[in-house]
Parts: sequence; C-alpha cells; structure tokens
Amino acid sequence: MGRLDNKIALISGGTGGQGTAELKLFCQEGAKVVFGDLDDEKGKVLESEVRKDGGEATYVHLDVTSESDWQKAVSKTIELYDGLDILVNNAGVLVVKSLEDTTEEDWDFVYAVNTKGPFLGIKSAISIMKKSGGGSIINTSSMAGLYGSPLLLYGSSKAAVANLSKSVAVQYGAYGIRCNSLHPGVLEGTLMGDDYLDDTEWYKKRLSQVPLNRMGVPTDLAMAALYLASDESSYVSGLELMVDGGMFVKR
Amino acid sequence: MDRLEGKVALISGGTGGQGSTEVKLFCQEGAKVVFGDLDDEKGKSLEKEVRNSGGEATYVHLDVTSESDWQNTVSETIELYGKLNILINNAGVLLTKRLEETTEEDWDFVQSVNSKGVFLGAKSVISSMKDSGGGSIVNISSIAGLVGRPWSAYVASKGAVRLLTKSIAVQYGPNGIRCNSVHPGIVSDNSMGELTLSQFPFSEDQLLDDTPLKRFAVSEDIAMGVLYLSSDESSYVTGTELVIDGGIYAK
Repeated sequence: MGRLDNKIALISGGTGGQGTAELKLFCQEGAKVVFGDLDDEKGKVLESEVRKDGGEATYVHLDVTSESDWQKAVSKTIELYDGLDILVNNAGVLVVKSLEDTTEEDWDFVYAVNTKGPFLGIKSAISIMKKSGGGSIINTSSMAGLYGSPLLLYGSSKAAVANLSKSVAVQYGAYGIRCNSLHPGVLEGTLMGDDYLDDTEWYKKRLSQVPLNRMGVPTDLAMAALYLASDESSYVSGLELMVDGGMFVKR
Repeated sequence: MDRLEGKVALISGGTGGQGSTEVKLFCQEGAKVVFGDLDDEKGKSLEKEVRNSGGEATYVHLDVTSESDWQNTVSETIELYGKLNILINNAGVLLTKRLEETTEEDWDFVQSVNSKGVFLGAKSVISSMKDSGGGSIVNISSIAGLVGRPWSAYVASKGAVRLLTKSIAVQYGPNGIRCNSVHPGIVSDNSMGELTLSQFPFSEDQLLDDTPLKRFAVSEDIAMGVLYLSSDESSYVTGTELVIDGGIYAK
C-alpha cells in the first residue's frame, strides 16, 4: 500500500536533483506523475528510467514562465490520468549577486521562474482541483524566503512564494484545496548546493550554522513533500515547513 | 506499515484522546511504545487493547510534573526495550480563564503541566538519546502558542513550549537529537477540543467559517504530523513548527 495510491501529481522542474527525488519517491508511493522541465532529452531518459522501475511517470516540456506550457501540461495530465490531485511547484533558479550588481534582467528572470512560475502553475491547476473536490499544492520556497538573507534577489522571490501559498490556502481552503510551502536550507545535489559546496570556506561556515551538523540531501525535502502531498496532512494548510537542519532557529 | 520499525517511543498523556491515537498509530508503524498517564486503570486497559491487536506497548504511571516519575519512566523504558529514540510530550491541560480570573494556583498548575512537564521530559531523555546517537523529541504546543487567545495561562504555557523546543534543537542538534513543536487547531474528538468548543466565545459555525478548510481537526490529523516528525523521514527537520490547524494561522 502506497501513501499516494490513486493520486495524480504534476511536478515542475522534474529533471533537476530535487525534482527527480520527488518524482521517484512519489512513484514509489503509488502516484501517477507528470513531470515537466526544459531539457527534453533528460526528461525522456528519466521517464524511461522510472518506467523501468515500475513507476508511472510521463515527461512533458514545461517552461514554468509560460502560461500556455502550464495549460498544456495540465491538459496532458487530465488526458493521461483523468485527474490532478497534487501540484509541486519545484522549478526554481538561483542567482547570487549583491544589490548593486543585480540587473533588471536578473530581477525579471528570477521572479519569472521562482514567483510567476508557481502563480501560473496554481492558476492552471485550480479549476480541475475545485471540480474534483480538492487537492494539495506544494510550493518550494526557501529558508532564504523567511529572513534577511544576503541572497536578496533569490530570497525576496522565495518570500513572495511563501506569502502566495498562504493566500491560496485561505482563498481555496473551502474547496478542499490545501497549499503549503517548503523551506529548505542548504541541500547538496540541488540548485542551492553544488556551486557553493566547492567553496570550502563558505561550506565550513554554513555547516557550523547547522545544529544537525550536516547539509541536507534531496530525499529530506522529498519526504516533507510526500507528507504534504498525502492525505496524512489533510488538515495542514498555509504552513511553512522548514527542512533546514535547524539553521533557521539558530541564526 | 513500518515507518517506525526498530524505534522505541515514550508518550506522555497516553490515555487521552490524542495520546491514545498516537500510541496506536506508533504501534501500527512498528514502534515499541511506553506511554504514561495518571489514570492507571485506563492505562492498563489501553495497554491490553493495544497488545491484543498485536502492538507492543507498556503503560507506566507518569505525572509529568514529577521529575522522579519521569526518571522512573525512562528507566523502565530502557529496561524493557533497551533504548529510547522518540519522546512525545503530549500531556497537557487547558484552562480558558481570562487574565483577571486566573488565580496564582491556576497559573502554577497550567505552567507545571504544560511547560515544566515538557522541560522535565526532555531533560530525562537527553542522556539516553545521546547514548543511542540521537533521537526525536516532539512537543505538543498549540495554535494558541502562536497567536493571542483570551486564555492567558494556557497561551503563555504553549508559547513557552514553542521556544523551549527551538532551544533544545539548537543545543542538542550536534548530538543528533531533533526537537520540533506541533501546533494543533481545535481537535473536535478529544476532551480538550470539546472543552475548547464549549468555552469559545464564538459559535461552532463562526469558528468553521474562520477555518479555511471548513472542518475541525480529528486526533488522527495531529498523530500523522507527529508520526512524520518522529520518523527518520524528517531527519533534517529540527526547531520547526508544524501547524495542523486547517489554515487558520495563515489568515
């Protein structure tokens, strides 16, 4: 018996380190999964890998900044699996620059992916979730979306996601739609990891700030997403779920 | 169903509506459970019930305001099952008096059960958890530990639990010990929930109207969150607040 038996999930950014961990875990737990991303070749390879392991997953091309891509991804999900219960807004980009070095193009790009992406995803999924009597939306924010992080562009785009989640939770709760945000700390093997992990000084400093004395891994966040996706959390909505080894409370 | 396979758990307030749901769920998920409470007759009969359905649970007498009771309970746990991985500080009392009506005795009683009880529990298990390389402590706070409610003593006690939790997370993270708080809204199928509903200055309809998910919680909603925080699935989660309130706090 899987924890997501009979559920249909749509995951954006599905070919990255984090998205792949979620995709595989959701399939293992019995969900049928549509996952979208930009690199079609990588997506197709991952699709056949998951299918070989007995999972039911389908790749679609999905640029999260494009409303028509979202609409197609949702239509394809309905066409294939006849429903949509779970949306994981996982796609994101990280740009690390000081305020003075951040260009208007940087700003627009990061906000388009990290903030407008989840907005368009939710907007595209909401009517089908309303019709089917509910659903669970999981938005990937960040620890950096909750405090004054030096990552001002990334952090502020993720803060918008945290607030968007609460607003959706309040507006659509009456339809049985739940919406929560995930707040990872530093996760190795993801967007927020690998460039920085090579920087030994940075790594040591960050690690000293983590009470649990390790960096996270994609599975840590995927397990949290699983809890929020499943009916086990059917009374949880508008929550900020931190997965950060305690970094946020120690800051 | 083996999310707690190989784990030994200690649950305070184990004979109440919330505690007994946790005892049963934990046993179903493969944990060995010691549960404590004040009503020995009720405790023994729950122990029997759980054992009859194949669970491994043992009742002990535990007044959470007594350090020696806690020490006896922990010793008994180690004696029976050889170790201690999970502590659920679930025991609590509700007092809905306003500030002017709250006597010094009321205050001391509520703080001793809700706050000192959690402190003594955590203090009593720390060294066993250190010995076994880590553990998970879950403290039951309340939505009333996050927002103002007109029940001064209760709110203050639950607010204290919220921050005590974070302090434990920061202090004992390096020992592999995690500590998180759970913040239920109104749980309608336990005695505390019934009391809350009868004492609340609003009607049930008004309360539901204010709740995005349009229902009250049931004990299982809370137990599922406690299960997530107790299992290794949340091994990178510490110091966080798991709010299980149907979206009220997000409003």
